[in-house]
Amino acid sequence: MLKQTVLNAAHRALGARMVDFGGWDMPVNYGSQIEEHHAVRKDCGMFDVSHMCPVDLVGADCRPFLSRLVANDVAKLTVSGKALYAAMLNEAGGVIDDLIIYFLTDTRFRVVVNAGTADKDLAWMQAKAAEWKMEVTITQRRDGADNLGIIAVQGPNARAKVWQVLPQVKAASEGLKPFFAAEVDQYFIASTGYTGEDGYEIMLPAGEAEAVWNALKDAGVAPCGLGARDTLRLEAGMNLYGQDMDETVSPLDAGLAWTVAMKDARDFVGRAALAANGQQKQFLGLILLDKGVLRGHQKVVTAHGDGEITSGTFSPTLQQSIALARLPLGVAIGDQVEVDIRGKLLKAKVTKPVFARNGKAVI
Amino acid sequence: MSNVPSNLKYAASHEWVLKNADGTVTVGISDHAQEALGDLVFVELPEVGAHYDAEKEIAVVESVKAAADVYAPIAGTVTEVNQAAVDAPESVNADAYAAWLFKMTPDNIADVDALLDAAAYQAVADAA
Repeated sequence: MLKQTVLNAAHRALGARMVDFGGWDMPVNYGSQIEEHHAVRKDCGMFDVSHMCPVDLVGADCRPFLSRLVANDVAKLTVSGKALYAAMLNEAGGVIDDLIIYFLTDTRFRVVVNAGTADKDLAWMQAKAAEWKMEVTITQRRDGADNLGIIAVQGPNARAKVWQVLPQVKAASEGLKPFFAAEVDQYFIASTGYTGEDGYEIMLPAGEAEAVWNALKDAGVAPCGLGARDTLRLEAGMNLYGQDMDETVSPLDAGLAWTVAMKDARDFVGRAALAANGQQKQFLGLILLDKGVLRGHQKVVTAHGDGEITSGTFSPTLQQSIALARLPLGVAIGDQVEVDIRGKLLKAKVTKPVFARNGKAVI
Repeated sequence: MSNVPSNLKYAASHEWVLKNADGTVTVGISDHAQEALGDLVFVELPEVGAHYDAEKEIAVVESVKAAADVYAPIAGTVTEVNQAAVDAPESVNADAYAAWLFKMTPDNIADVDALLDAAAYQAVADAA
């Protein structure tokens, strides 16, 4: 039995093509994935991401707990509402999950974790809190009576559309710089996203999600499925857990070194392993020069040894196939490499791992 | 509900087959197949002159989200490929029965009659 978000009936009413996404019955598109992609780059689209799991941390030890729990440093969170992207590692330095931490007060943080990893994440957090004797209460907000829905509204016109539908959040949210959040009554409005565009992720009581979704649709916001979400995040060079990294992959080999704070002596889970192993691979982009489509797990042949594509697709913005890949050290941006696609070696160019943001190509 | 024209024959692997007056057959993928794949962005077709046994991989169609093999619905030799489908893969989404992929001369034209009719293929598509 697949799990359903609170918006399941709304997706079906819109004629969405539904798929099993890690045990959740989710919309992959509502017609054309490419049109949904362009709507987000050029105008405004919305995604049901209620399968993702908000986790509320409350207690005197929130900061010391998070400081040991994740590889990024919550000491960077000095202003209320600020958000931090971080990887939660195991002792071997592998990525248990990537998550966003929102700092609300010194005794209250909200963390949002991936759908498929939520159960193991919560178990890990609870175990670590007990082991470290931290005074922190960890409460998931996805399932049960007090659950939240999450609607991501993304694109250059996203803010204006949200204010049109929820005028009461405008004053608190219009000044939000990227990667901040504001709470207005029952609404949690965050200027975060997974598309490379401006916009908000709105957490709200599950019972209100369908009415807000429908109001946004009536305001002209295009419903977008997980298909467009994947091409948008890949163009923006954002990692997908389970594809670009997992428990066997170091954040240093997954392009996440910028989220690993090792400057001071702060102790965090996985630090010793990262220090011992260092960086083994580099995480870069590829653009296919021949015709075809790059896909995850395809082999990349380089002058410095073989690498592997972790995520690949056709980029609607570039009209070319693009990929994120784990390549040997020594490969440089601008190099030409070959990708094994069904036994044929096709030419590709190594790029920075970011292809399009804010409505246009950046490559 | 996908469109399944009754004048065509179908393979359970989602190809349609049209018998031509000159003894060749025209092959494409069904409307159900294009809808399941989503926006197509790449089509790779066989070499003219190549021979394929029935149910062998003969072409590839890729959408934004997935790659899918196209199988030879019957044994035969490729006589022509539709370059327009290669140049504009989205034409297959627009009309899967107009945007054919290749033509072949069957080893045995009677093989076509053994394929699924529209009603039988509709049942296959509904169950997928």
